[in-house]
Amino acid sequence: MTPLPRWADVVLLPLLNVVLAFLVGGLIVLAVGQNPLQAVGIMLYGAFGYGSGFGYTLYYTTDFIFAGLAVSLAYHAGLFNIGPEGQAYVGGLGVILIGLALNGTHWAIVFPLMIICGGAFGALWAFVPGYLQAKRGSHVVITTILFNFIATSMMGFLISRVLKPAGVNSDESAPLEAITRVPQLRTFIELFKNSPVNLTFFLAIIALVFIYWLIWRTKFGYAVRALGQNPVAANYAGISNQKMIMIVMAMSGVLAAMVAVNNVGGVQGRLILNFVNGAGFVGIAVAFMGRGHPVGVGLSALLFGILYQGGQELAFQMPGITREMIVTIQALVILFTGAMGDMLRAPLARLLTRSEPATGAK
Amino acid sequence: MTSLHPTNAQRSEGTAAAPLAIELVGINKHFGPVHANRDIHLAIKRGTVHGIVGENGAGKSTLMSILYGFYTADSGEIRVNGTPATITDSRHALALGIGMVHQHFMLVDNFSVLENVVLGAEDSAFLAPTLNKARTQLKALARDYGLEVDPDAIIENLSVGQQQRVEILKALYRGAETLILDEPTGVLTPDEADHLFRILGKLREEGKTIILITHKLREIMAITDEVSVMRQGAMVKTLTTSETSPGELAELMVGRRVLLRVEKGPASPGKVLLDVQDLVVTDDFKVPRVKGVSFQVRAGEIVGIAGVAGNGQSELLESIAGMRDQLLGTIRLNGEVLSLEGDDGAARARTAGLAHVPEDRLRMGLVTTFSEWENSILGYQHSYGDGPGLDIAKARQTAEEYIKKFDIRPPNIDLKTANFSGGNQQKIVLAREMERNPDVLIVGQPTRGVDIGAIEFIHNQIIKMRDAGKAILLVSVELDEIRSLADRILVIFDGKIVGEADPATADETELGLLMTGSHASSDKTPGPGTLPAHETPVQQTLVKMSPQDLSGKDPN
Amino acid sequence: MESYLVDITLILDSTVRLAVPLILACLAGLYSERAGIVDIGLEGKLLAGAFAAAAMSAVTGSAWLGLLAGIGAALIFSGIHGLASINFKGNQTISGVALNFLAAGLTTFLGQSWFKRGGYTPQLSGDQRFNPITLPFANELREVPVIGQIYYELISGHNIITYVAFIAVPVTAWVLFRTRFGLRLRAVGENPKAIDTAGISVTRLRYQALIITAVLVGIGGAYLSIAQSAGFNNNMSAGRGYIALAALIFAKWRPGPALLVCLMFGFLDAVQFRIQGQVFPIIGEVPVQAIQALPYILTVILLAGFIGRAVAPKASGIPYTKER
Repeated sequence: MTPLPRWADVVLLPLLNVVLAFLVGGLIVLAVGQNPLQAVGIMLYGAFGYGSGFGYTLYYTTDFIFAGLAVSLAYHAGLFNIGPEGQAYVGGLGVILIGLALNGTHWAIVFPLMIICGGAFGALWAFVPGYLQAKRGSHVVITTILFNFIATSMMGFLISRVLKPAGVNSDESAPLEAITRVPQLRTFIELFKNSPVNLTFFLAIIALVFIYWLIWRTKFGYAVRALGQNPVAANYAGISNQKMIMIVMAMSGVLAAMVAVNNVGGVQGRLILNFVNGAGFVGIAVAFMGRGHPVGVGLSALLFGILYQGGQELAFQMPGITREMIVTIQALVILFTGAMGDMLRAPLARLLTRSEPATGAK
Repeated sequence: MTSLHPTNAQRSEGTAAAPLAIELVGINKHFGPVHANRDIHLAIKRGTVHGIVGENGAGKSTLMSILYGFYTADSGEIRVNGTPATITDSRHALALGIGMVHQHFMLVDNFSVLENVVLGAEDSAFLAPTLNKARTQLKALARDYGLEVDPDAIIENLSVGQQQRVEILKALYRGAETLILDEPTGVLTPDEADHLFRILGKLREEGKTIILITHKLREIMAITDEVSVMRQGAMVKTLTTSETSPGELAELMVGRRVLLRVEKGPASPGKVLLDVQDLVVTDDFKVPRVKGVSFQVRAGEIVGIAGVAGNGQSELLESIAGMRDQLLGTIRLNGEVLSLEGDDGAARARTAGLAHVPEDRLRMGLVTTFSEWENSILGYQHSYGDGPGLDIAKARQTAEEYIKKFDIRPPNIDLKTANFSGGNQQKIVLAREMERNPDVLIVGQPTRGVDIGAIEFIHNQIIKMRDAGKAILLVSVELDEIRSLADRILVIFDGKIVGEADPATADETELGLLMTGSHASSDKTPGPGTLPAHETPVQQTLVKMSPQDLSGKDPN
Repeated sequence: MESYLVDITLILDSTVRLAVPLILACLAGLYSERAGIVDIGLEGKLLAGAFAAAAMSAVTGSAWLGLLAGIGAALIFSGIHGLASINFKGNQTISGVALNFLAAGLTTFLGQSWFKRGGYTPQLSGDQRFNPITLPFANELREVPVIGQIYYELISGHNIITYVAFIAVPVTAWVLFRTRFGLRLRAVGENPKAIDTAGISVTRLRYQALIITAVLVGIGGAYLSIAQSAGFNNNMSAGRGYIALAALIFAKWRPGPALLVCLMFGFLDAVQFRIQGQVFPIIGEVPVQAIQALPYILTVILLAGFIGRAVAPKASGIPYTKER
């Protein structure tokens, strides 16, 4: 079989897969007797039409960028990290602990510490599965799934039994003072009234650039990609597979934990039960859809941000459609861009070679 | 080239010629660009042992897989007992009485012998009756042919020889009249091989037809009635075993290959750069593969390691390259002991001045999804840029230089490496490893899957390195290559160096004997240099030209 | 003494109830993984099965039609998984993950669209559910101490699916180890090439396994919504598919041990309600969450090779392609 030309491989095929996913999603909407185009219109309005809607879109996008990068980074090293959900959750513990310890201190001091401390907790939660794969041979896929559940139980215990202040009914930690919280953009920019988007958004943009640089512009990134593409060749090149697996998993956990900085530090100001609420899992779809490239991840995260915020609007305007349609879209995206990503490859290759006879290199 | 075109007389009934069990007419098979079988004609007489010999990649296994229905031929006809048959899957073949014992056993490791034997040949939906029947039949087969195996033993607990017996039992249980054995002795001890031959003898007595694929001429001479020689996908000749000799067969197998002449002056060895002492290395399953090897390579000389693949060469190379822990022994590069602990020993070996052209470029030497320039720095990425950043401009510049110097085509450093031809891929690896001025270069199978033009270029580059005062260790299964390049030849067998030879004077047959461990002195394991280069072969003639590639992949 | 016995019987009774979906899902996974197809998507199939069963039952009023719908939904999911992992030779893990999200999204979405109850299906009653069956003489024997009580409380009084689940275990063991199909199924998960060279279609065999997987897990889903509960609610599988997967690993892919492990995990589930707030001697109060996490922690430890080795069927997760 002739290989696809590079532009088709990098742009056309993924795009077709995404279109296919949305097409099937549209058909499902159609099947329940709703108009998918109308739904898209409402979603776009909800996501961009007014200031706080746009702010919410960016807030969700922030979460998804981090989760998507977490999955992408690990995937570049050949590791399928299904655990950003749990890593973000445990990261929240680090964020709240440092926040509470320095409660009342100015955010300018606490924010970086939240990043470090939350990151460290998330890193630990991802490092253990990494260690177990590198040294004990258990697979990160299964272990990270299990660690998501263990995180749920552990955090549930800590929140309801340890962090919950006396006299509070709901399961949550003590709140941070306003000055300690990561400032929301609405305090500077009028446009974002009522929306939770905060400084962490810029951290996400920095993370995108940083990960791009890390993966394609550094020796470390070179090693990560070599490992992911051909572990034997990586070994041949003197790259320690074991060390890389552990380091990459830990870094992936740091990225996932930034979801907690966004949520715990920037929005809730306290640690709430199950605050991650699926954002970690969205990262899987974002990573596959964005093909692990920060540009793709950024765009996919924005798309899912639109879907999540627009989905809220949709729930108001079209009672027949719930936000869960977005989870369905997310599933279809993973299915068509991840599991069946090569489904269209052969037909596409045939189509292209027929229309433009063999110009590619041999 | 003499193909065997069976005459009509042979085919028609009632002639004096023995009836044919199998007849292949004009078989062709392509795998992508590889023409694995070219217009093959072959007639196999019933009740005989028919050998098929040829080098690795000659197309023997493919041909038999077609006969067994695992692959379908692109064109040609198969006749079984004189009747044309369409064999589209293995079940057809079995129904026609053709059974196959694969080189890599098709057994389920955690099943019992009995379960493996009946798998796919069960009589009914419930197992019990079939298992009972099979148990009785296995007893009978064991009695008739000496195929004793405990029917309730679990496969993974059996020795390789016993596992092979299970494969044979599988075929016989299915009523095989013709039995194909693909490299059956490759994995057997000599005792086990002898036992196998006794079994095959009994099977022939009972009127079964046996097709024996091998590259060991001793086996051909010992057991076959007729032998067919294959070379580069084509059938060269079929001979009566009693009327031929190993020498003739070897010649037919290899063909009078144009020995690629390499312009090369005498070596002027300098100081010892690579010093290997009492090295013991295990494989991934902790089985020792290198069993106490010692040798030295000096500056300005090429030491060739000749041997049949799978005798420890791969592990030896990987160990010296820092990719594999040594169990015992030391490796000194330039006088410094090389520590191989951890899984990043390759980086330390490179720092110490070693360059490594691996045996399998696709598996090890290249990341095929990387672009050309990225592979030009694989293993040397640390020398590009001072900080954590990768100096891409410098890397690309390096790649451009290599492309010019080594005439890599197409000259496009952004092209994905997978899209280069085998020869050009090999040049990418060679350029990377040779151009960094290493003290020691270790090279595995430098021209495997490389076209003729590139071979010459690669050989010249290696000589150039030698003349520049590098110490070069060359491992190749191509004896020709070793002979034309090496200044000294060490022969490896079963993880030990069993002899040393001077390429100028060494006799091919003699080397073949050493490589297969059939030399008288093989059990006393002489150290390097203890065996005079002119010691002549003894015992029966045996040539083992080209070994089986253990990866099971076609080198093309 | 008497009250302890009642206590224990009650805990064991709820152990059985809680173990049923685990057993069914675990056996389902066993067929698929024994055939060499990794099935992370059990959770999704369980959920889809639960929803389809409840929806169909609510609409038609028949629990049996509901059961069929549950199986049907699981079959569709299995079909997608097969398409991705057998035909397109895609990544089985990714496919499973996608299917889990698909189930989570679709069930709530369709539930809301169809029933407009915030993702819940209507309450089911009477023939819309599988009701407890009183086994013969259960009432008569009820007064007999110990044996009678156990018979009445523990063995009698479950719905039909419970009995199906428990019968499915020996049946699976029998199919796996005593039939032609089982022999081939085990072989294709260990060495598909051995199957191929024996002239048997690897693809067909794997699809057959996926069908059985779907039937079992579909029944498990139906149990959740129309036997154990009286209707579907959001994400009602609540990780049971993953627990079943953990149980499968723990049981080393064998039906008998799978039953025991599922019962153990069911027991942990049953106990956690009873011990809430209770103080034990020496250990003090045991947090519920610790018991919730126990199956996962145990599986992690097992996988890390600290207690024995869980060796998966050799070919699992690898799409089959003829060499070359």
